[in-house]
Amino acid sequence: MSGLYGFLFAMWILIIIGGGIMVVLLGPFSIQQYGDFHWIITSGIKVTIALVLVVMWILILSKLKNYIFKKELKF
Amino acid sequence: MIELIIPAIISCILAFFVVYFTTPPLIKILVKKNYTVKDMNKKENVMVARPGGISIILGLVVSEIVLYGFFQLNEILALIITTTAAFLIGYVDDRKVMGGWFKPVTLAIAALPIIFLGAYDSDLAFPLFGDVQIPLLYLGLIIFMIPITGNTLLYLGLIIFMIPITGNTINSIDVLNGVASGFMVIASFTLSICLFILQNYEIAIVSLPLGFVSLAFYKYHKIPSKIFPGDSGALTFGAMYGVIAIIGGVEIIAAIALLPAVINSFLFLSSVKRVVEHREIKGKPVEHTDDFKLKATNDKTAPVTLVRLILAGEPLTEKQIGFAIFKLAIFSGILAIISAFMMGVSL
Repeated sequence: MSGLYGFLFAMWILIIIGGGIMVVLLGPFSIQQYGDFHWIITSGIKVTIALVLVVMWILILSKLKNYIFKKELKF
Repeated sequence: MIELIIPAIISCILAFFVVYFTTPPLIKILVKKNYTVKDMNKKENVMVARPGGISIILGLVVSEIVLYGFFQLNEILALIITTTAAFLIGYVDDRKVMGGWFKPVTLAIAALPIIFLGAYDSDLAFPLFGDVQIPLLYLGLIIFMIPITGNTLLYLGLIIFMIPITGNTINSIDVLNGVASGFMVIASFTLSICLFILQNYEIAIVSLPLGFVSLAFYKYHKIPSKIFPGDSGALTFGAMYGVIAIIGGVEIIAAIALLPAVINSFLFLSSVKRVVEHREIKGKPVEHTDDFKLKATNDKTAPVTLVRLILAGEPLTEKQIGFAIFKLAIFSGILAIISAFMMGVSL
């Protein structure tokens, strides 16, 4: 059970770090030189970066899961 | 402040007692009509009434209509329409097993009133760092939030940083007697507390009936269950939770309070390595001992789930597993409340 609490806590920390990246780096990011379409391009880039980060977060969680539950996962 | 306290008290009393008094006759009607299913975790051949979603939605709609009479907020209208639609979708699935596409697609449509009624804020609030505006992404977030919190399917992708921590469902945690309703009691009251901390008083009051409905239903759902919520009940719980998260602007906090359920989905997905309905999985993650406790199997084809991990140490009774899940829910609830306090702190 302690492993589950540790995993919960690790996920919470990842959410906070993820929020920091979103607000500090991704949020203010903007491209202005494409006229009326700059907001579409900016959003598209943000979506792409966000999805890449999502994949990275899932990989980190997978590694964490394997580390924390290495004993339990030998089913 | 008094103008908020009276509607809050009336709606909470209504939410609790409508479910408390309508569930027993509902159980009788369901049993009479033979709408029962076998309780798989009982030694004897115990049949349990299903679905209990009917009394759940009744309690929620009655209390929210009363709140609409006081506040006339579009947010409450959106909540009533979306939650009722989710109940109907679940009810169809209770009566007839639908394809894997059915719930995510129809629940996405059920979320549309939130957009049409403008009951959302396009800023996503994070602890410590503040808000970020994601206008183009946000419509997608709203559409996908309802299936995520109210469905058995797992989702990857779109929802920014909520995805690593969500992708799970209230429905997926509905595996043992009393777990879904008990878990909802903890998660929804946590969300209400967070909304009060954030001084979003009206939406906090709007969220309270969910906790009281869950509490009243838990009386009949706890071990040994007299009624199961069914898909209609679980989707109603999940959809309403998702709508409150959106209209209250507390999506991240709501996800944190749901973390044990999210872990369940994450473990499931990372072990089966594909998006699949639970009923399509052949391997059994848990089995019964001779004294009818539950224990983890050694089946390598079976998915890893939260219950299987809890049972990895030793066999436990259904009641012990339920309490273990509730303790995890309380822990994540505490993290959610800490996060709500952190919303007021800026680095």
